[in-house]
Amino acid sequence: MTFDDKFFDIGRLDRLSFRETFVHRLDPRVKVIATMLFLLTVISFPKYEIAALAPFFLYPMLLVTVGEIPLRFIIKKIIVVSPFVIFVGIFNPILDTRIAAVIFGVSVSAGWISFLSILLKFALTISAALLLIATTSFSGVCHALRRIGFPALFVSQLHFLYRYLFVLMEETMRIIRARDMRSFGKRGTGPRVFARLIGILFLRTVDRAERIYYAMLSRGFAGDMPALKRSRIVWPDLAFLSVMMAGLWVFRFFPVTENIGRIAEGLLR
Amino acid sequence: MHMADALLSPAVGTTLWAGSVAVGGYASKTLKREIDDRLIPLMGVLGAFIFAAQMINFTIPGTGSSGHLGGGMILAIILGPHAAFLVMASVLTVQALFFADGGLLALGCNIWNLGVYPCYLVHPFIYKPWVGGSKSPKRILAASIISAVAALQLGAFSVVLETLLSGKSELPFGAFALMMQPIHLAIGIVEGFVTAGVINYVRSARPEIIESIAASRPLGAEVSLKKVMVTFAVLAVIAGGVLSWFASTYPDGLEWSIEKVTGKGELPEREHGIAAALKGLQEMTAFLPDYNFKSAAKAGDLKSVSQKEAAPAWPGIDAGTSTAGIIGAAIVLGTVVLIGMGIRAVRRKKIS
Repeated sequence: MTFDDKFFDIGRLDRLSFRETFVHRLDPRVKVIATMLFLLTVISFPKYEIAALAPFFLYPMLLVTVGEIPLRFIIKKIIVVSPFVIFVGIFNPILDTRIAAVIFGVSVSAGWISFLSILLKFALTISAALLLIATTSFSGVCHALRRIGFPALFVSQLHFLYRYLFVLMEETMRIIRARDMRSFGKRGTGPRVFARLIGILFLRTVDRAERIYYAMLSRGFAGDMPALKRSRIVWPDLAFLSVMMAGLWVFRFFPVTENIGRIAEGLLR
Repeated sequence: MHMADALLSPAVGTTLWAGSVAVGGYASKTLKREIDDRLIPLMGVLGAFIFAAQMINFTIPGTGSSGHLGGGMILAIILGPHAAFLVMASVLTVQALFFADGGLLALGCNIWNLGVYPCYLVHPFIYKPWVGGSKSPKRILAASIISAVAALQLGAFSVVLETLLSGKSELPFGAFALMMQPIHLAIGIVEGFVTAGVINYVRSARPEIIESIAASRPLGAEVSLKKVMVTFAVLAVIAGGVLSWFASTYPDGLEWSIEKVTGKGELPEREHGIAAALKGLQEMTAFLPDYNFKSAAKAGDLKSVSQKEAAPAWPGIDAGTSTAGIIGAAIVLGTVVLIGMGIRAVRRKKIS
């Protein structure tokens, strides 16, 4: 991924989070909790489970459509981060060659089933995380974490990091451009020059932090970052959370997919 | 390398989350007591710095491939363990949220692998005693390389352990470790070299900066070996408790590893309480009830790994079940897509 792409992506996710839809209006705390429950449920399925994972795609699909998030953008982001999981998972079909099922005359090994299961879980968990941030602004997530009980110091770290990410990225972009213009081919791109560049970036960062600190002091900073906009949990939030929990419970403990399949089979015959 | 949600089991994921949250709570508590206010914006902006620095690629000499910075060691050297740990945790959180590196459940593992080791083990016990107050660039270089290698080896080894304990991957322990450790040895050497380069450069260009940061960070930043040992022991006990509870609920992976470690099958299991109830529920509802562990558990004998592999692995699978699963999945996914398209259509109409 090139630098500009990464920069563009983070800005785009940020812009998406300021839309005004039902999902965007839900309380951030509720969305954080719902996402964690969703992830735990998906991950709790055993290694060879495929069919029962299908209904879980309903959740990201609802968020994408109701929240008006571009589907292609999310899919692109999922593909970009997939290499590590594919690298680890691809060994399953190679190492686990027991024949597990014969489907329409083609025999499928257990390894392929567990690999497919990993890929499905991967798509579900990554899309849930991305959609959390795309439907809740980052500062929303931070305030949610603060009110759930994470330490103030950690949450203010997140705030600062996010706020200055864009500034430092632009700084870095200028540094990279300057290096590229002065280096021909691979010359000048080695670790020695790199260490210097990082050193310079570090010095500029420290100076900037000092200026920020004085600016904040003069505005009354006392260690915490209070939010002006206080969100309250109202009944749509509770409704969302209870529907979510009920759905997760049903899809986790009842073989919904299999039963639908059986009924369909019965109808076809 | 970042651990991923899809490779994790809930037991491993929640255990490491608990561990990371505990360490994070300890770090913020210590800092809050002793910190100078000016360190707070510095920490946050340094997090953004690590982020930005990771985007500059460099060519690794002799290989032609390119690498980027990890950053844990630089932070630990400059900020001290507690502050560095919090910064690292917030960097990883933003990465998990925005770039989906790993995922939110794996975040606990990643904070552990990339934060706890450099900040709480390697820096206080390798880097600090070695360098001390010395300003010799050569000594800093040597200590940085060894520290970065040690931190990355521990991190990579933890990724291997976490993957195996979760039991979603078929990779055998030896092969996986043999792949991960050498790659991270190379990365560690480069990381150490860059770390030393940055520290030495800053020290020569603006020595007062490092000193002023050192002066504003808490005096008690030294970590005592005893405290670390006690924390690790407590965490190990918690982990053991959580893992064994889950082990009776979700028999994937853990049996396998217990078998490997002790040479025996599963530990004698008591069937009562919530674990047994959940297990019953799972057996009733699972697509492949307890797959190949069923026979072993029923017979109650301690099978060796080779016997287990020889045994018929897939009891009770018939073509009917899998066809129903496939048809069902197709219908469910089709319905999901239709619902999505329906909502889109309604929205468009409303807008126009």
